[in-house]
Amino acid sequence: MSRTSRRVLPGFRLGLGYTLFYLSIIVLVPLAAGIFKAADLTLGEFWAVVWTPRAIAAYKLTFTASLVAAVINVVLGLIVAWSLVRYEFYGKRIVDALVDVPFALPTAVAGLVYASLYVKDGWLGQFLVPLGFEGAYTRTGIILVLVFTGFPFVVRTVQPVLEEMDAETEEAAAVLGANRWQTFRRVIMPTLLPPTLTGFTLAFARAIGEYGSVIFISSNIPFQSEIAPVLIVSRLEEFAYGEAAAIAVFLLAFSFLLLVAINFLERWSNRHDE
Amino acid sequence: MLRKLSVLAVAIYIVAAAVWVLSAGVVRDGGKLELLNVACDPTRELWRDINALFENRFQRETGIPISITQSHGGSGSQAGSVINGLKADVVTLALWTDTDAIRKAGIIDAGWEDRFPNRSLPFTSTIVFVVRKGNPKQIKDWNDLTNNGVSVITPNPKTSGNGKWSFLAMWGYQISRGATDAEALQYVTQVIRRVPILDAAARGATMTFAHKKIGDVHLTWENEAYLEVKESNGDLEIVYPRTSVLAEPHVAVVDRIVRKRGTKAAADAYMNFLYTEEAQEVIAHHYYRPTNEAVLKRNANRFPKIELFSVKTIGTSWDEIQKRFFAEGAIFDSIYTAKGVAK
Repeated sequence: MSRTSRRVLPGFRLGLGYTLFYLSIIVLVPLAAGIFKAADLTLGEFWAVVWTPRAIAAYKLTFTASLVAAVINVVLGLIVAWSLVRYEFYGKRIVDALVDVPFALPTAVAGLVYASLYVKDGWLGQFLVPLGFEGAYTRTGIILVLVFTGFPFVVRTVQPVLEEMDAETEEAAAVLGANRWQTFRRVIMPTLLPPTLTGFTLAFARAIGEYGSVIFISSNIPFQSEIAPVLIVSRLEEFAYGEAAAIAVFLLAFSFLLLVAINFLERWSNRHDE
Repeated sequence: MLRKLSVLAVAIYIVAAAVWVLSAGVVRDGGKLELLNVACDPTRELWRDINALFENRFQRETGIPISITQSHGGSGSQAGSVINGLKADVVTLALWTDTDAIRKAGIIDAGWEDRFPNRSLPFTSTIVFVVRKGNPKQIKDWNDLTNNGVSVITPNPKTSGNGKWSFLAMWGYQISRGATDAEALQYVTQVIRRVPILDAAARGATMTFAHKKIGDVHLTWENEAYLEVKESNGDLEIVYPRTSVLAEPHVAVVDRIVRKRGTKAAADAYMNFLYTEEAQEVIAHHYYRPTNEAVLKRNANRFPKIELFSVKTIGTSWDEIQKRFFAEGAIFDSIYTAKGVAK
């Protein structure tokens, strides 16, 4: 008897074949096409396209705004996930369903709505702008919509882990003499850290690629509020496909490195499991 | 039970969706002629009316039922879609360069500009100002745009036809009054740096100005200006500068597609229909300037006198204009420097 046939579920080869095929069609082939297109340029041309002062300003904005938004989402997401799992309250189901709304709503709509809310005459803006909080057409606005589009990730990754976690473990810690901070630090955190990091990564990656909502709430001024995906679109409008692909590949490579780094961090935080 | 049913429902839904998606690529229409008009963003209302008229007329005259589908989007991205394989029978884009980019890709035959009357221009337009009620900043002409405290709304010239025409109108205004290139650059730089939000396309800029109430003056297509003012219920008004640019949105039949689909005769008829008095009246009604003199005269009250200069005052060819002003690192990009904006 061969090894594979002793697996609990049959169809390992079929499953793996399907996975590879599916991944190729959905991810690898388009990715390769993008890289192939960028390969139209020589290395010198490629560098001249991706490393201009304006592009650098756009990368900086894209990555910092995405990072800040992802961090905010971790804090908000943990609170929401905690409340949804640990407390019973009226309308909990509805709140739970609301968490997914950012996934379903076209992000351009979110951008438009946020912009009109926070603008000087908007519902919120009329109170906030006099206080010095300008949500529309500023970098703050970009972060606001990125928080919106990435919000469900942390909640949805942390929630199932929290549900698995018994409140009794914490009680046990308390009985054994741990104070609240120690319980949090030594009991809750180690379990929640891996899913939180996953959620963070997803929210962060999502924010880097986000276009639809940002263009509506950002003033899109070069060096000031122009995100990297806008650079790609403006190259496409000139029919400069090679150049557009070059920026895309660069952005992708950079994001990939970041994701790999976060993945290592996640492994490390998971080290107790093995 | 309920659970099984819902699993079944989901399965049916997925299968149906898959069939629907696949069939879109396979199923042929049943004997009815269909044309696809790939058009630029602000012309939705115009084409809706024109198409209804043409469909009736074509069927009356030839006995063949026809239906015209429209697609709208930024002029440049629409051209990009056709280059990438969107099966457009005709294109009606905002800029000569966009149509010609399709020609360069070998999808439209050379000499397309001379295929229809009046250099393939059934109508023209221009760029005018929209200001707040009572014109509080007293913006009457192009030089008022650089007055202290005036903020200007216009979309990004790199991504929008409206933006390009606005930019060329400003530049051309300076050149046509005898300014040097250096003076024109200084003027345009001053105005562009006062644009607080660079929207990607025409409708976005309209919303920024009309709904979000940002900016003192909106530089936009003449027809879009009328639409915007009409919908503002008296909050906005149009100001005609003394001169502006003659905007020329060309039309063209997409030769390679109509040959392949056998729709050449219908597409030609559709384009030629635009020059009939009937269609020209509709065009005028939507505040595009008809190229038929008689119709233009009849609608003179809709189009205030304004001196229109051709893009020829700015550059000898569109390719040159594109390269000089809007290409990567060209004049428009040079206006934005790290120092210039961060103040």
